[in-house]
Amino acid sequence: MREISVTSVTNAVMGLVESSAFCLADGVDDMLRASYKRETNETAAFALKTLIDNADLARKKGLPVCQDTGMAVIFARLGQDVRIVGGDFYAAIDEGVRRGYEKFRLRKSVLDPITRKNTGDNTPAVIHTDIVSGDRLQLTLLPKGFGSENMSKLYMLTPAAGIKGVMDKVVEAVSVAGSNPCPPIIVGVGIGGTADYAMLLAKKALIRSGRSHDETLANMETELIKRINDLKIGAQGFGGDTTALDVRIEKYPTHIAALPVGVSIQCNAHRLAQTEVL
Amino acid sequence: MIKKISLPITDEDIAGLKAGDAVLLSGKLLTGRDAAHKRLVESLDDLPVEIKGQTIYYVGPCPAKEGCVIGSCGPTTSYRMDPYAPTLMDNGLKAMIGKGTRSKEVVDAIVRNGCVYFAAIGGAGAMYSERVKQAKVIAYDDLGTEAIRELVVEDFPVIVAVDSLGNSIYR
Repeated sequence: MREISVTSVTNAVMGLVESSAFCLADGVDDMLRASYKRETNETAAFALKTLIDNADLARKKGLPVCQDTGMAVIFARLGQDVRIVGGDFYAAIDEGVRRGYEKFRLRKSVLDPITRKNTGDNTPAVIHTDIVSGDRLQLTLLPKGFGSENMSKLYMLTPAAGIKGVMDKVVEAVSVAGSNPCPPIIVGVGIGGTADYAMLLAKKALIRSGRSHDETLANMETELIKRINDLKIGAQGFGGDTTALDVRIEKYPTHIAALPVGVSIQCNAHRLAQTEVL
Repeated sequence: MIKKISLPITDEDIAGLKAGDAVLLSGKLLTGRDAAHKRLVESLDDLPVEIKGQTIYYVGPCPAKEGCVIGSCGPTTSYRMDPYAPTLMDNGLKAMIGKGTRSKEVVDAIVRNGCVYFAAIGGAGAMYSERVKQAKVIAYDDLGTEAIRELVVEDFPVIVAVDSLGNSIYR
């Protein structure tokens, strides 16, 4: 067994809060620049240029890229040969969120859904834990803005819908979302499992980068990028050539009766940080 | 050619704006989002701020860093304010700044009252913070980031999203 203290967990989460707030996730800046270069719509080009300049400014001055610094979504990959010592694992994550959002002057956006009273410290985080082999602990923070999160969709298709049915629904979700999720967006798609699991897969797809290693899924991703950009929603919904910067699909076996499809949409200000806790 | 407009915005300014125009705003505006809109509409007889002739910006800013006026402060999605916006326009509000499409009821109220809806660039919060020269909370302090603030902005870039004739940049 390898012991990891809750203090290390808290400090690691604080580090993730800092490294995700002031810059875009790897590759997003390049995708925005490539989109700007080929954009033919003048107003959309203005929006893309503004976003590129904003990311430069945020990085240089240590300002949050976007004021919606999100609800903290944490993906933990906890090795089964790790023992967390000194306290509660989830409380340690929340403490890192609490301290990080305060120290780095990020917005506290989390509240009770019924009373609408703000918790005041952006906790609790939403935590997804996978128990894996080995003695490592890897933490990923996806600060999730809710302009895009509000556009999430779950479709419980029947098997008859097939691959085409799945793709039609993904395009429909993006079309319905329109200008709201701050396009150009990244689209996470989860296919299979149960209803809840399809949504989780869609969220996990957002923290991946590059094409799927599954050839069929990779082809679907490529075709969906084209179909979504053909919608001409464009940057900020102003029209133009780039609605989606990327589409990422994950799958999992499902029931003989089912074809669940989860769609999780991420805004242009895609922020992400990952670390291994020592 | 980017138009420049001094706030408070005039009827003449609004009449000259067409959907798609790029505009730089300078002067005073109010901020308000979900919770503040709910309260405003529930207290129309005794409003804590004057909304007549005003521009309201849908934003919940980050806390200011030391030495800064305000933290990152880009627009939030406007449709959530749609249930309240027509009432505010019928009571004198002239302009809104947010992002994304509006309901038919909002567009109708824009036309009925000779108002305008501007889109700011969602995701450009750091840039917008640099265009804010002064900021103070003037109502609903208990709402934190959702409090109503008065901002003084300079060359604050927006696009005319819905003009006073009801024309929209969105399809």
